[in-house]
Amino acid sequence: MSQPTDNQPIANQRSSVRYRSRLMQSEAERHADTHPLTWRLRDDGAVVWLDEHLHKNGYQSVRKALDAGDPQAVIATMKEANVRGRGGAGFSAGLKWSLTLQGDDIPRGYLICNADEMEPGTFKDRLLLEQQPHLLIEGMILGAYANNAFYGYIFLRSEYVQAAQVLNRAIDEAREAGWLGANINGSGFDFDIAVHTGAGRYICGEETALLNALEGGRANPRSKPPFPGQSGAWGKPSVVNNVETLCNVPGVVLNGADWYQGLSGERTDDGGTKLYGVSGPVENPGLWELPIGTTGAELLDRARGMRGNHQLKAWLPGGASTGFLLPEHLALPLDFDTVGKEGSRLGTGLMTVVPQAQSMVSLMRNMEEFFARESCGWCTPCRDGLPWSVKLLLALEHGEGEPGDIELLDKLAADCGPSLTFCAHAPGAAMPLQAALKHFRHEFEQGVKKPRGEMHSTTMTHEQ
Amino acid sequence: MAIIHVDGQAYEVNGADNLLQACLSLGLDIPYFCWHPAMGSVGACRQCAVRQYKDADDDQGMLVMSCMTPAKDQTRIDIEDEEARTFRASVVEWLMINHPHDCPVCEEGGHCHLQDMTVMTGHDRRRYRFSKRTRRNQNLGPFIGHEMNRCITCYRCVRFYNDYAGGTDLGAFGSKDNVYFGRYEEGTLESPFAGNLTEVCPTGVFTDKSHAAHYTRKWDLQFAPSICHQCAMGCNISPGERGGSLRRIENRYHGDVNGYFLCDRGRFGYGYVNRSDRPKVPEWRAQLDQTPTHLEVDAALDHITDALRHARRVIGIGSPRASLESNHQLRELVGDKHFSTGIEAQEQACLERMNHLQRTAGLPTPTPREIERHDAILILGEDPVQSAGRLGLNLRQAALARRETMGEKLDVPTWDAEALKTLGQDSYHPLHIAWPTTTELDSVAIRHSLAPEEIARLGFAVAHIIDPSAPAVDRLDTATRETAQQIADDLMAAERPLVVSGGTLTSEAILEAAGNIAKALSMHAKQAGLVLIRREANSTGLALMGGQPLDWALDELAQGNADALVVLENDLYQRLPAKQVDAALARADIRIVLDHQRTPTTDKASILLPAASFAETSGTLVNLEGRAQRFFQVFEPAYLRPEARLHASWHWLHSLAVSLRGEPPKAIHLDQATQACAEAYSSLAGMAQAAPGADHRIAGLPLAREPHRYSGRTAMRAHLNVNEPRPPQDPDTPFAHSMEGYSGFDRPRQQVPFAWAPGWNSPQAWNKFTDEVGGHLRGGDPGVRLIQPAPGHQGHYHQPVQSAEGTNALRALILPRLFGGEETSSLAAPIQQRTEQPSVILSADDAQRLALKTGDRVNIGEGTTLPVYVQPDWPTGWAGLPAGLVAGVLQGATLTLSAGDKP
Repeated sequence: MSQPTDNQPIANQRSSVRYRSRLMQSEAERHADTHPLTWRLRDDGAVVWLDEHLHKNGYQSVRKALDAGDPQAVIATMKEANVRGRGGAGFSAGLKWSLTLQGDDIPRGYLICNADEMEPGTFKDRLLLEQQPHLLIEGMILGAYANNAFYGYIFLRSEYVQAAQVLNRAIDEAREAGWLGANINGSGFDFDIAVHTGAGRYICGEETALLNALEGGRANPRSKPPFPGQSGAWGKPSVVNNVETLCNVPGVVLNGADWYQGLSGERTDDGGTKLYGVSGPVENPGLWELPIGTTGAELLDRARGMRGNHQLKAWLPGGASTGFLLPEHLALPLDFDTVGKEGSRLGTGLMTVVPQAQSMVSLMRNMEEFFARESCGWCTPCRDGLPWSVKLLLALEHGEGEPGDIELLDKLAADCGPSLTFCAHAPGAAMPLQAALKHFRHEFEQGVKKPRGEMHSTTMTHEQ
Repeated sequence: MAIIHVDGQAYEVNGADNLLQACLSLGLDIPYFCWHPAMGSVGACRQCAVRQYKDADDDQGMLVMSCMTPAKDQTRIDIEDEEARTFRASVVEWLMINHPHDCPVCEEGGHCHLQDMTVMTGHDRRRYRFSKRTRRNQNLGPFIGHEMNRCITCYRCVRFYNDYAGGTDLGAFGSKDNVYFGRYEEGTLESPFAGNLTEVCPTGVFTDKSHAAHYTRKWDLQFAPSICHQCAMGCNISPGERGGSLRRIENRYHGDVNGYFLCDRGRFGYGYVNRSDRPKVPEWRAQLDQTPTHLEVDAALDHITDALRHARRVIGIGSPRASLESNHQLRELVGDKHFSTGIEAQEQACLERMNHLQRTAGLPTPTPREIERHDAILILGEDPVQSAGRLGLNLRQAALARRETMGEKLDVPTWDAEALKTLGQDSYHPLHIAWPTTTELDSVAIRHSLAPEEIARLGFAVAHIIDPSAPAVDRLDTATRETAQQIADDLMAAERPLVVSGGTLTSEAILEAAGNIAKALSMHAKQAGLVLIRREANSTGLALMGGQPLDWALDELAQGNADALVVLENDLYQRLPAKQVDAALARADIRIVLDHQRTPTTDKASILLPAASFAETSGTLVNLEGRAQRFFQVFEPAYLRPEARLHASWHWLHSLAVSLRGEPPKAIHLDQATQACAEAYSSLAGMAQAAPGADHRIAGLPLAREPHRYSGRTAMRAHLNVNEPRPPQDPDTPFAHSMEGYSGFDRPRQQVPFAWAPGWNSPQAWNKFTDEVGGHLRGGDPGVRLIQPAPGHQGHYHQPVQSAEGTNALRALILPRLFGGEETSSLAAPIQQRTEQPSVILSADDAQRLALKTGDRVNIGEGTTLPVYVQPDWPTGWAGLPAGLVAGVLQGATLTLSAGDKP
């Protein structure tokens, strides 16, 4: 494990070279009771190490939960708070925890943090990992306690080199201070954490593929049931939660479910705050911690609108695997259910903005290339269907489309629907394609210029 | 049982199945690729989609994968749903994107599951117009051809090879639409079950290289139900012939014995049938140094008759690799008092001991299928993968089944393969192996490296712990006592403990120890079992028939008590030291040898009669369960080789007997030969029922040996004669040497030459012949058990052996070898290529005493030098030698090693 040799905060060492997730709210705007995820973060972007974290009320939630000695109460609070999974699926974390097998004849399992943040247009977990490692560790200890896990893994995207350094040093700090290891804070509860960096595959963000990768196997998803809570890593009960989800736990444990529910006010039924973000040709891209249910329009306002003369054409509410929404949808509160009703998904909650000048065909080609490349190769529609869609999109992009190509894309997208494929990867690839074909079909039709079945002057030999 | 509704029709199915299994078992067709009846479901290919409705009111439903959906009571599905059909067509279309469509030049064509499924889904128009990806292939050794361009990425190969068979050198590499199935580098596939890839692969990625070398389409092959002759397991096989030579061996499904899989010795060891140096006509010579004179059949018979008439006494030497019928005809010819089994005395004593134990030790012998349900196993002094090939796969499944037990608690169905694998991880049912060196099963077993006597003592100690009234073992060291305790605890904690032993180490003490454990377990009323491994295809049968051991026969000759000898399909030099055999043969004036191969023994024959091999004749064998099974003639050798005079040994010997009695020539048919044998020995009485007789008909028809698309019949003999004779008539069996006859699947039958059903050309067609997929043949699994446990505990405990006195002598410990350790398969070129470099295994102590180290070459006698391998936990006092290498060196023989030539 590598550690910085001097006392300089790691985050500052190469901040000028590397991209960093930018939180666009100043310390003055962020408060413990309204910004549970980010109030400890510093304006200078330096890491909040253990001393500072403790100084800012750190590990109080762990102390409270372990002192109370009732793991089931933690689950009950989480359920009541209805913390919905921030990885994109929006499944109730408390409900997930309540389904983890526990008992005298059941081995203690694992609490796994899914930090394999690779959704295109998403950079929220990175902020928390790089600048505030102890909040995550706190959340993981609470998750482990509630789920009777004996060991934790942070499955980290390998490109997050800085996060790996920060996390490893923070884990050491926590262990030295007695917050990790045997008999945490004198409670009798044992738990420790290791950082596992992935090998750079998007599919490792799928929780069961993550488990296979963690075990050293191929990153193919697993069929459910059995769920990870029944038979997860190495066949033991395991809980996989997203970074942001776990970072919500300390606040919930400390302040209670009502407080958490109250954070979003009247905007939505969902509780808590959300790390929202905007990327694309806007004036001021970045991240904001806002009450969940904030509208797209408000987000776009905070990003100070479209850059230059760009006009908004469409937007993805939360990553490449969510369906395109139109300008008219900006007024909707961005919560899991509302966005779901519009045929899209909230996903990671980081909106990607598409300007009018952008060809939807090229954009879809680019996105489908990503999804085809990141297919694990397990199930047929995803493995062989997505590359075909890429080649069709390429043909359309080059004006070499044939009559029938768009219908073929329709069928390919439909055949990659939920339950038809093994996991949610291909449906995630199909959702934006279907939306693009629906809302911007004319752009695709412009690529159909060749008669059907005739030899083409350009051979389509595109290989990924 | 559950009721499910399929396309509006109600059916009763096994509720523990998934919907794909259930529908296939009902005879309904759903296309599939990644699912395999022996390997369960993984949901990868998405080919088996059907529409499922939540309940009777649901008219929407959703598409589900039938392989991943339980066949719960009141499940409603539509297979013929339009959306499901088009989705299934889409799946094949995707699979075909990179498939080269090279069926005309593909070895799989004509028995290809991918072809069958493509036709079934109706995909017949290609819409993909872009470039295809191409791949490099690997040389995977002498058995398996590799053509990765054809791969449809169903993952069956790695699932079979790694998960089912325990291989480690085949993997899935890469991801997305570029997953490569192969080795990390070129080289021979290491698993002894790799050949099953040729049947597990749904298309032509993994194909049979031995078949490719003389390729014929499945529909142009002639088949018969046959039994593998390469060990005592008795796997059912479908050998395919064309033009007078065997072209390939495929698995023939047997619900109790071999299921869907064979070992590679059985699959690729058939080449001896096609050898050009086989004796084809009778040969006679007055002196050994003379060039043999070829004789016609009548002349040969006259000659032998004349010679035997003048002999003082004729000794007949039978063979455990020949049929019961042939052995019996030999015994009839020479008389009971002059008949030897042809088996070395110590081995025969072990065989008799095993038959006895199977009757009296108090435990039944499970079928190989049932072995997979045993939940704790002790293997005493055997290396099953090397000595009984296919059996090793069964034992491995038994160990793996622990995960099914674990799955029950979480309601994970037994077919949910990946989930069970995740859950089970490295948990196995206890499998203890007492054996001095590494075995293929070690990855799922606890092995105790012991010398033969110590293996026996361990066994006696286990029996004593289980039942204190079994005799205790003196002076047992602490380590062995603890091992015995651990084994006994594991066996006693199990519902269905199993004891496996056998004759490989030719140690009666080990068998007696296994018998003591069996008896002790039977006292506890467990559902325990006893499996005893014999060496050769008909070892069990010969021991049931009885006769004097080979040593006796050679003594009789050497002492001048007999002057004539008839040897049946047996190379005596494989069994006893050459000096002993030479001395006996030198005293025999008349040496009649019947064989289908040339051996050192046939070289000493005064008259050599060319015997038909297993593919050219029929007969009965008894496998290691005690199951009598009939193998049938695949082809009539005289049809395409009119000059050949190959006949079944039982035919030759019967004709000789008739001639010797001075009776007019009289033919004997198989059923008579079988019946005669069954009547002569009470222990073999059941063998006549092992298979239907020659008069068996289905719908008035004989059974076709050839698929109905068999081509070129009229041209087959054109190079010999443009007149086309009628196909050979077969008076011995119910099979026709033509495509005329019954070859369907709808009428239950036991004897199936080749599996075919309309739309099902691949080995997956077996599902049409079984009562449920992976179950039993609807006509019953072939064969009859001849050995049954006698009621009540008649057996008694045996006294333990003493520990061997320490001497400096080095004794031979012959280690069985799947490749190279068996006489006839070792004559097949692919097996010879696959045979590993042999070595002598020594303990570190012995190596030090003899000043040898790994890599040194030593002379082991008979002019053979081998490299030394020093194995740390190998027992001192023993030198491990590979079987089949130094003919005539017996288990336990004292060896003198001398420094050999430097390599």
